[in-house]
Amino acid sequence: MSAEDSVDRSPVPDADVCVVGAGPAGALVADRLAADHEVVVLDAGPRFDPADRLARQERAIRPSDDRPAVWDGGGERDAHENSGEWFYPLNHARVKGIGGSTLHWQGMVMRLHEDDFNSGTERGVGLDWPIDYADLRPYYAEAEREIGVAGGSGVDNPYAPPREEPHPMPPFEPSYSDSLFAEACEELGIDMHSVPNARNSERYDDRSACVGYGTCQPVCPARAKYDATVHVERAEEKGATVVDRAPVQRLEHDADRVTAAVYATPDGEEHRQEAESFVVACGGVETPRLLLLSDSEAYPDGLANSSGHVGEFFMDHLFAGAGGVLDEPTRQNHVGFYTSGSDQFYDDADEEFAPFKLEFFNYAGPSPVELALTGDDWGDELLDRLRDSYGTHVAVGGLVEQRPRSESYIGLDPDRTDDYGNPVPDIHWSVDDRALRTIERANEIQRAILEALGAEIEWVAGPDATGPAYHHMGTTRMSADPDAGVVDADCRTHDLDNCWIASSSVFPTGGAMNPTLTIAALALRVADDVERRL
Amino acid sequence: MELTRRDAAAALAALGATGGIGLAARRANGGANDPDEDAGNGDAAGNEESLPDDETVRASMTAVAAVVYPDELTGVDSFVDRFLAGRLDGSNRAAGLREAVAALDDAGRSWHGAPVAKLSESDRDELLREAGADTAEEDRDGTLAERVRYHVVNELLLALYASPTGGELVGLENPQGHPGGTESYRRGPS
Repeated sequence: MSAEDSVDRSPVPDADVCVVGAGPAGALVADRLAADHEVVVLDAGPRFDPADRLARQERAIRPSDDRPAVWDGGGERDAHENSGEWFYPLNHARVKGIGGSTLHWQGMVMRLHEDDFNSGTERGVGLDWPIDYADLRPYYAEAEREIGVAGGSGVDNPYAPPREEPHPMPPFEPSYSDSLFAEACEELGIDMHSVPNARNSERYDDRSACVGYGTCQPVCPARAKYDATVHVERAEEKGATVVDRAPVQRLEHDADRVTAAVYATPDGEEHRQEAESFVVACGGVETPRLLLLSDSEAYPDGLANSSGHVGEFFMDHLFAGAGGVLDEPTRQNHVGFYTSGSDQFYDDADEEFAPFKLEFFNYAGPSPVELALTGDDWGDELLDRLRDSYGTHVAVGGLVEQRPRSESYIGLDPDRTDDYGNPVPDIHWSVDDRALRTIERANEIQRAILEALGAEIEWVAGPDATGPAYHHMGTTRMSADPDAGVVDADCRTHDLDNCWIASSSVFPTGGAMNPTLTIAALALRVADDVERRL
Repeated sequence: MELTRRDAAAALAALGATGGIGLAARRANGGANDPDEDAGNGDAAGNEESLPDDETVRASMTAVAAVVYPDELTGVDSFVDRFLAGRLDGSNRAAGLREAVAALDDAGRSWHGAPVAKLSESDRDELLREAGADTAEEDRDGTLAERVRYHVVNELLLALYASPTGGELVGLENPQGHPGGTESYRRGPS
């Protein structure tokens, strides 16, 4: 019997809290509660060996391994369908396993803006959250300390929402190419500022400072980029039990309480984990899927779905970008993260235009080492090609909000099943005209910047070439009204007294800021509410 | 430009000196690279006793490096030796490398009358192209061409261009895969 097979995956007796999902939300909830309560975390994916990270980096660089392969994704376990107007590459957008998608994320951690919580009132589009920025503000600060954020938003970003204290670490210094962009932006009256990174600019929490591997997305061998294994390990040190390769098949329940999480294990057995409270933290796709798979006579349309909204309002952020070349060196691809952005246009959002932000890339154009592994040349000929291809690229990216719409949803595909015979998720993704219009607006600004820079523009990712930023949101939305949402303002399901959802799936609107800091803040807030009610 | 001991150490730091997940995880998944579904393995596959020893692998890889590395580099032999000293472990990946070298040497014997290390540089170049390693896409479990591309040609190119000297050849002191710190991205061109 291998060591992996000998892991005890049996249920924990007398558990207070069962968390489903060991990504950032589940890990933070578990860590927060583990010292004083019996906590069990169940995750569908494996526990990855930290010693394998260099080998995963090699997969990331080599052309033969696609993105899902870096973290062993894909296959029957991760099967899904796409029935929507827009294709969604789900397995490029997630990692299953202890640490979840933070294992492959870029690691950008901005707070949502105040108006993001009141989109209906302030922008005339979407709906208001049942909580305000002020409600989440202390949790944002706490989440920044937990994750370890290097940033200077309180110092150099006049467009950032109010904050009392600096980020835990100083921001990364601007790049050389940032200095080129700065001249162009100054000419155009566009303000640049630092960006908050979930990446250590100095040693933090016994994790090293960034050493510049340049493969942040999809793997940081140094662990300088935060991932949720940090809080999984802390939770385990406090006594939590974390069970890997334990996909939850359904949540057993009565009319107003979840009673057990039924999970499968690699030995072919099925187990029931009972607990006083349950926190579902499986992300924006698997969370609604699990609720839909847990239907019953009491909940014929899916658990916690009296509103009928489980799975609806699936959103992501849309990418808008443009890039080109200069006639001078731009020093790209030394690091895998960006150091400057502009939120200047974010709060201009209204009914016609969505909020969006700009990102000034430090990794425009090809990476020479990746380029070297393709092509039919070698020796001097290859070196000539690399020298011709590398060195003068620039690019500006950006994220754009998409509006929540019921016709964009996550459902179940009745005709296709996963490795346990459960219907796979069906992604039915579509994008609204306001988002597409805003991508064009972002492109106008991006073109102007590149032209002011003197760049020859080579590509524009506009409405026809946009894609998702891999931020799944909106599928179990938060609302004070039980008919309008799945969870209440505390992220507790309206239908079930002892079931919370900690995930971007509760976002009523998405804003245009990367969602993980908000996920973390909400998770800490969920933990406090669970604690109060235990 | 000279490849140094530091470059070999850096290449190993970037790629790992142990086999790690390599093939094992992929095989456990039964994914697209499942060898059970693969008809492309060479003669030596699955028979560890017939795989070439470290010295043979080093000689063959050094001979190939002379072809696939740019002429302006010096110190290639010791760079390859040091790099392989870390890579030739008991892993599946190392076994794949040995097997690909064995297959390439077999092809050299059949087509040119000698293993790759005994051929002239022009014959080595010709052998690699005859094997199809120039146009093949790398695949660790694929055809001869794909395996030679993965385990031999790209193994060497990855080691070089993820090292500081390989990066500097292109104008990038801290190439992807090399933990070269967070200073160079801020510096302007020299």
